[in-house]
Amino acid sequence: MSNIIKVGMADLNICKAPDGITTLGLGSCVGVALRDPVTKIGGLLHAMLPDSTVIKNNTCVEKFVDSGLDELVKRMVRAGANRSRLEAKLAGGAQMFAFQRNSDLVKVGERNAEAARKKLKAMHIKLLSEDTGLNYGRTVIYYPETGKYVIKAVGKPEKSI
Amino acid sequence: MDNNSAFDAIDSNYLDVLREIGNIGAGNATTALAQMLQRKVDMKVPQAALLEFKELGEAIGGEETIMAGVYMVVEGDINGSMMFLLEKESSRHLVNHMLGGFGDPNAEEFGEMEISVLKEIGNIMTGAYLNSLSDLTGLKIFPSVPEIAVDMAGAILSVPAIEFGVLGDKILMIQTRFTDDIQIDGFFILVPDLDSYHRIMESLGMA
Repeated sequence: MSNIIKVGMADLNICKAPDGITTLGLGSCVGVALRDPVTKIGGLLHAMLPDSTVIKNNTCVEKFVDSGLDELVKRMVRAGANRSRLEAKLAGGAQMFAFQRNSDLVKVGERNAEAARKKLKAMHIKLLSEDTGLNYGRTVIYYPETGKYVIKAVGKPEKSI
Repeated sequence: MDNNSAFDAIDSNYLDVLREIGNIGAGNATTALAQMLQRKVDMKVPQAALLEFKELGEAIGGEETIMAGVYMVVEGDINGSMMFLLEKESSRHLVNHMLGGFGDPNAEEFGEMEISVLKEIGNIMTGAYLNSLSDLTGLKIFPSVPEIAVDMAGAILSVPAIEFGVLGDKILMIQTRFTDDIQIDGFFILVPDLDSYHRIMESLGMA
């Protein structure tokens, strides 16, 4: 029997097939899923903010796309994944409310998604597909067995990328 | 200033004061709701807690619960976020009651008119909450124009959470749940930043 491991907000974890890994209700946050297709070791990061270098109180590495991805890859490699084989899928980064006042946070969803693309590129990890942006929340489930990334949203048919 | 260690100094006495704020604020707001509905609405004992972001979903009873969230940014002497969350069925019920037969009472999605009604309900209720907080503390509080989203609770809460992610690794949340016997189930959430927290305490003679 396989388990589904849960990841919270500003959190990350790894799993090994046939287990899957999930995070619920992604809003402006992004869910970056990684796997090594040979060892079938997978991981998921639920990050809130794009860049750990511009914010002072950043003891929590999982909060940021950049430091979170570094940590996730480290954990996966320690568990036996091969760094050079890693592949990625990306979801989230919505704008939940039409109007946000704090100018630092305008389009934070979009910037989270962009930060993930940039960081993956810098790490030479191939981004296979993504479902990002727009104005609705997403629940995601990732299966490192197949690399299937299932995305559920309110009032929309379930899809996988 | 190190935001987290400063928030960590919040002890149970202070949390009691914050709970009392939740009590008074939400008390006024649920009275407003009871008047609108002409029905008794109960309020649970407020919770005041310093949470890690990953604990947020549990705190409101599950990230995937579909809710209508009315969100406003609060400025003035108190800075932060104010949120009014109403479970989807409750929202439907409330909207139908307010529209008195206009609109489609069984539609799966809310139309423009329903959304506008929900926003106004959120406005009235958070207004009642913030007014009583302002009266109690003598502090000036200016809420922004409300914004609304109907979606998973986790996704809605990611918005105030991200604002606090900029400041630290934890979020100070004053949460009050209200229900009636059958149809109403929702939350108020006030998330003040650290300076505002200090100003609230000062104004109440606690600092």
